[in-house]
Amino acid sequence: MEEKIGGKRMIVKVSDNIISPLGTTSAENYAAVKAGMSALRRYDGLWGLPEPFFASLLDRKAYADDRQTIDEKIVIDSISKALEGTVIDTTWTKVLFIISTTKGNVFLLDERENGLPKERVRLGMMAREVTKHFCNPNEPIVVSNACISGVCAQIEAMRYLESGEYDYVIVCGVDVQSAFIVSGFQSFKALSQEACKPFDANRCGLNLGDAAATIIYTRKDKVNDNEWVACRGAIRNDANHISGPSRVGEGSYRALRVALGDLDPSELAFINAHGTATPYNDEMESIAIERAGLSSVPVNSLKGYYGHTMGAAGVLETIISMQAIDDHNILATRGFDTLGVTHHLDVTDQNRNTEKRVFIKLLSGFGGCNAALLMAKGGVQ
Amino acid sequence: MIRHCVHISPNEVKVDGKALIHNDKGSTMLTELYRTYVGDYPKFFKMDTLSRVGFLASELLLNAEGNRCFEPREDRAVIFFNRNASLQADTHYQSTIQNPENYFPSPAAFVYTLPNIVTGEIAIRNKYFGETSFMIIDDFDEKIIMKNLENAFQDPITKSIIGGWVDCSDEEHFEADIFIMEKD
Repeated sequence: MEEKIGGKRMIVKVSDNIISPLGTTSAENYAAVKAGMSALRRYDGLWGLPEPFFASLLDRKAYADDRQTIDEKIVIDSISKALEGTVIDTTWTKVLFIISTTKGNVFLLDERENGLPKERVRLGMMAREVTKHFCNPNEPIVVSNACISGVCAQIEAMRYLESGEYDYVIVCGVDVQSAFIVSGFQSFKALSQEACKPFDANRCGLNLGDAAATIIYTRKDKVNDNEWVACRGAIRNDANHISGPSRVGEGSYRALRVALGDLDPSELAFINAHGTATPYNDEMESIAIERAGLSSVPVNSLKGYYGHTMGAAGVLETIISMQAIDDHNILATRGFDTLGVTHHLDVTDQNRNTEKRVFIKLLSGFGGCNAALLMAKGGVQ
Repeated sequence: MIRHCVHISPNEVKVDGKALIHNDKGSTMLTELYRTYVGDYPKFFKMDTLSRVGFLASELLLNAEGNRCFEPREDRAVIFFNRNASLQADTHYQSTIQNPENYFPSPAAFVYTLPNIVTGEIAIRNKYFGETSFMIIDDFDEKIIMKNLENAFQDPITKSIIGGWVDCSDEEHFEADIFIMEKD
């Protein structure tokens, strides 16, 4: 057992889960990703959309229900699985639920949807459906910060635990694709008509994906070498444009700088980038990573396996990255072949061995927001 | 410590508790407030209602604070809460894709279907590189909001926050109660 210098309490992962087209546990998901699998495929005419699109989608029929939406179902399923084997009683007042989502049940706005109450389109109502299931007495908090929500929700969890207000925080990120979201990204010309190619010279846009992912955090005075510690996180704005990233990576660079703190960059196993495979996002991240002095750190993106899972992405990609370090592995960037950003990055084109125990999760989103989170196995000095 | 506060509802505007005089109500009142108190930021007319309300409330708040300089800073965060997320923009966007014979999705409408865009609009206007965040709770709860904002000072750089409640259910129904919170 080692104690963190200064005796400051640490925020520690208790358990996690991922529900995605690649599996219903974190281990299943990691094994599929390590083997290079993906559920990305082309959909023609789905949901009456005039243009085809490439996406990673869950089987809607497997989650059909007249009481709960697919979003609510997979959140409850994911949290239930994360709770298995823990001592946590969700009826405790010291347990808080934080849901990370961008659009939640937005499909209920469609006039053709008439099975469930329209009020469930409110994100707070969707979250209450979840806490009601777990008989939790606290008002759930929904973080809705576009595509960085999943890291923001983890930063909120760290703050609530650090302040001592709660003993356990259950963070679940979720988004399920619909005509609403796909048509919107199509109108932006942001979608690729094939499997996405993060950081590649021939990248031509992103794919969307369905997922729910859960991490449960608690606070400890001491951690052992095998426990995952959420060390530092930051959210920063580009103050530049609501729908395009900064040309100088301003917010992403500033978030990285805070998350890195006084850590020696040589301790980083990798940076798990946002890497959506849009021309602007990946270019911006290369600038931010270089400005932060991290050009020599391996970089990967998981969008080629899952597509962009929006509100789930920050949680899902943090879990897969922890699994990779547990397995002494830096995952390949599926879809990447030739570097296509102007600033040098060491993007992984195949799985690599590592003995390092620290990584940074990086995200960016509409509204000019950016987030970075430093995770360390056994903590950092 | 709380410094300055602004309240906006469809028929009432208050700065530090003092009512502002205006002729119009609802959405036309928002345009009137823009013309009277801002005037030089035409991006206002592209914004959805949630962003207009949050933007105008922040302008009145920052005018009350005084010494506006628009110099880049990282030590100020913008953190809002509400009930309806981006419902007005969502409903509008849905109307553009509902009918296959009248299908015209646009990036300009889609981008506002994210509630955090209003925090980005305020960051852009004022060159704030600090934290921006948007959270949803189904009922206004002052205790939850104040505790959350106090927690935000755990960030090593954040020294003040433009924070509070900015909600909108449609073009004519909205509410802002925001303030500047400074680190103790």
